[in-house]
Amino acid sequence: MAFPGTAAGPLVPGAVGPGDRVRAGVPRGVSACVAAPLGRRRGGTVACVPASIPRGGSGQRGRKALNVGKVVLVTGAARQLAARFVRRVQREPEVARVVAVDVHPPEHDLGGAEFVRADIRQPVIGKVLARSGVDTVVHLDVSGTSLGGGGRAQAKETNVIGTMQLLGACQKAPTVGRVVVKSTTSVYGSAPRDPAVFTETTPVKSLPSGGFPKDAVEVEGYVRGFARRRPDVAVAVLRFANILGPNADTPLAEYFGLPVLPTVLGYDPRLQFVHEDDVVEVLVVAATEPRRGTLNSGTFNVAGDGVLLLSQTARRLGRPTVPVLPPAVTWVGRTLRTAGVTDFSAEQIRLLTHGRVVDTAQMRQVLGFTPAYTTAETFADFAASRHPGLLSPARVAGLVDAVAARVGDRGGKDVRREEQTT
Amino acid sequence: MTDAKVIPFGEDPRRRSGRSRSRAASQEQRRPPSAPGAPGAAGASGADAGAEPSGTPDASGDAFRAASAEAEVAAPSAGAPGADIPAQGGGRSGERPLRAVGGTGGAGEPAGGTPGPGGAGKARRGASRGSSAAGGADGGRADGLADALGAVADRLLGGPWEEKVAAGLAFLRRRVTGDYEVDEFGFDAELTDQVLMSLLRPLYEGYFRVEVKGIENIPSQGGALVVSNHSGTLPIDALMTQVAVHDHHPAGRHLRLLAADLVFVLPLVSELARKAGHTLACAEDAQLLLERGEVVGVMPEGFKGIGKPFSERYKLQRFGRGGFVATALRTGVPIVPCSVVGAEEIYPMLGNSRTLARLLGFPYFPLTPTFPWLGPLGLVPLPTKWTIQFGEPIPTSGYPPEAADDPMLVFNLTDQVRETIQHTLYELLVERRSVFF
Repeated sequence: MAFPGTAAGPLVPGAVGPGDRVRAGVPRGVSACVAAPLGRRRGGTVACVPASIPRGGSGQRGRKALNVGKVVLVTGAARQLAARFVRRVQREPEVARVVAVDVHPPEHDLGGAEFVRADIRQPVIGKVLARSGVDTVVHLDVSGTSLGGGGRAQAKETNVIGTMQLLGACQKAPTVGRVVVKSTTSVYGSAPRDPAVFTETTPVKSLPSGGFPKDAVEVEGYVRGFARRRPDVAVAVLRFANILGPNADTPLAEYFGLPVLPTVLGYDPRLQFVHEDDVVEVLVVAATEPRRGTLNSGTFNVAGDGVLLLSQTARRLGRPTVPVLPPAVTWVGRTLRTAGVTDFSAEQIRLLTHGRVVDTAQMRQVLGFTPAYTTAETFADFAASRHPGLLSPARVAGLVDAVAARVGDRGGKDVRREEQTT
Repeated sequence: MTDAKVIPFGEDPRRRSGRSRSRAASQEQRRPPSAPGAPGAAGASGADAGAEPSGTPDASGDAFRAASAEAEVAAPSAGAPGADIPAQGGGRSGERPLRAVGGTGGAGEPAGGTPGPGGAGKARRGASRGSSAAGGADGGRADGLADALGAVADRLLGGPWEEKVAAGLAFLRRRVTGDYEVDEFGFDAELTDQVLMSLLRPLYEGYFRVEVKGIENIPSQGGALVVSNHSGTLPIDALMTQVAVHDHHPAGRHLRLLAADLVFVLPLVSELARKAGHTLACAEDAQLLLERGEVVGVMPEGFKGIGKPFSERYKLQRFGRGGFVATALRTGVPIVPCSVVGAEEIYPMLGNSRTLARLLGFPYFPLTPTFPWLGPLGLVPLPTKWTIQFGEPIPTSGYPPEAADDPMLVFNLTDQVRETIQHTLYELLVERRSVFF
């Protein structure tokens, strides 16, 4: 299955034993390819394959055994954001190799990374870990939607079973020294009885009852268990606020793409966004050695500064809003989902009712990361990439300015003078 | 009566009425050159000269165009969320030319003469009307709107309305484009200052005639915890305290109230409460606000205080578990006791329908002499005279950080605050001449 001319070719057939179960639909065995010419990391001391195989088998921690750089494994690499991270992390001086894993073929350029087509829900992933001598695992295959169009059940299986398998493999892989897991701030839920600002330690009053947030809660539970069993591994859980940006493909981005935004009547939720660029950067911070004075293991909320209300976002986007009575909201959401317009899940409705704001002090002080974009700037960047809506701010502002100009022309003094003369 | 002259239609009517501006010239350029038409019946009955002239040939064609153009203007602004002011203005000015068309029955050439606005007192109105009828589709649109707005502003505001209108439009511009800031709690300072406070102020100044004492006890900067009694069935006392702090404090500080979770469950109420700077009464939010140096207002009696029967008025209920004291100790901010007199009598709660309360999910369902018997009319509060007194601040910065976990200290401080408020209430009640004056 190895693609011709790839250095990783000989490695991979060995990665899958004949007895390994491989999901239907996935090519039997694990196909590997190097997406591009092997890049500068390959050129130096790291002759990828020969170096990695003994390393994996030796039982030593890779980065200790070889001071040539780390091997980073990224799951969910078929997605746009993960692909960006794969390309970005290769530029880190301490990173020697990047192994990108996904069950779907990558749609985006992966730079010089090796792509291993493997299903993290299968034990195969353990072999990939061992063979490549991976010492940093960045688990990005935690997502609300599934790529292959498998729907919610598929997404849930990838999130939960995939994380279990991956962490099980990590537990057995002695080389692994660092695990970074993507999570979401929706683990806090959205309820009127919650405090206005969640910190990482806020006890959650209403656990998410289903959907992606529940997956994320379970994923975090497995990660905590893993961290207990492997105290020598640095584990970072990054809870991202709603990710937006010019290329964002999240359900919320889809929602903002609607020509008319349905909102919940009588509620104006507070929203927080984090920019795609910041997501990639903070992942790099978490996946590499901590800088002096910072600590990159633990749980961190990641969000841009500041807050936008949904009404503000609609105005800045220039989209009219249609307030819907709370009981009818679920019905509207279901209609929209059935029509395939957007994934309007119950969780999203709750977010658009009560909103959610997280505290990012830990991210700044402990992780030592400062996002480049505030919430408002993130949204502006997102809005700039979309068509201005019906009531685009420029148009509405122009209208008000025109009125202001006319009114400004009419002098108050003149009016008074006129009154005096008459 | 100097204005009551015949004017050629092509000229900017406002110039005739003593207002010459550069814009008039530019407007004329835009307008098709129109021959000075038949002079209108000058000064005919003054008042609504533009609209109902006695058979005057009017600029009906233009008026119609202007009207439809203004309808266009009005429509998008009405659609814009929060654009009530131009929507109203546009709607009103859009109406007038339409009426003008009706009045003249569609007669007359487009560039006909306009009736001179005759009546001296109404010259202004006539002028604005004339101009809105006269302008071409482009010029007349905003022109008429502006003039109509000006006329309305003249009447409503008087004096230097121009600045007010300019400020209002700048405010409106920020609102409709979403160009304003809210803090993490959803507090919209601009909306609170410009709109919400203005809505509460008539109630505060005119209806309850609130008298404020001891406002200097709230520090000008840094955090403080204002602890107040709670009464009146509906939390109007909290809102009035917010207005009192904002309007009377030299630094114009915002009181950030801690509200019951019921507030954030109810639609509309939750939205407004967040925008007015209120947040959920929990230790996390209170601590975060106090650490940021905000003045936080808390009513520790909660529903026990606000929903107590009329017979127990001015008897402070239990102050919860003293969580507010623990938060103040943790953040080291002073506690300012606050006593509100007058709120108890606004809705004398004679009974409580537990069944209805349970059905609706409310903690109590008040039965007052007027509510629910008179329907919505029963919601009108009694016009009592209020006094809000802020007492001497109780410092908490002298305690060690672990003091917040000392239950005895917390209970003692809680009692001290409670006693202070209770005694101040009695003193104020003795001083009070009558409930209503």
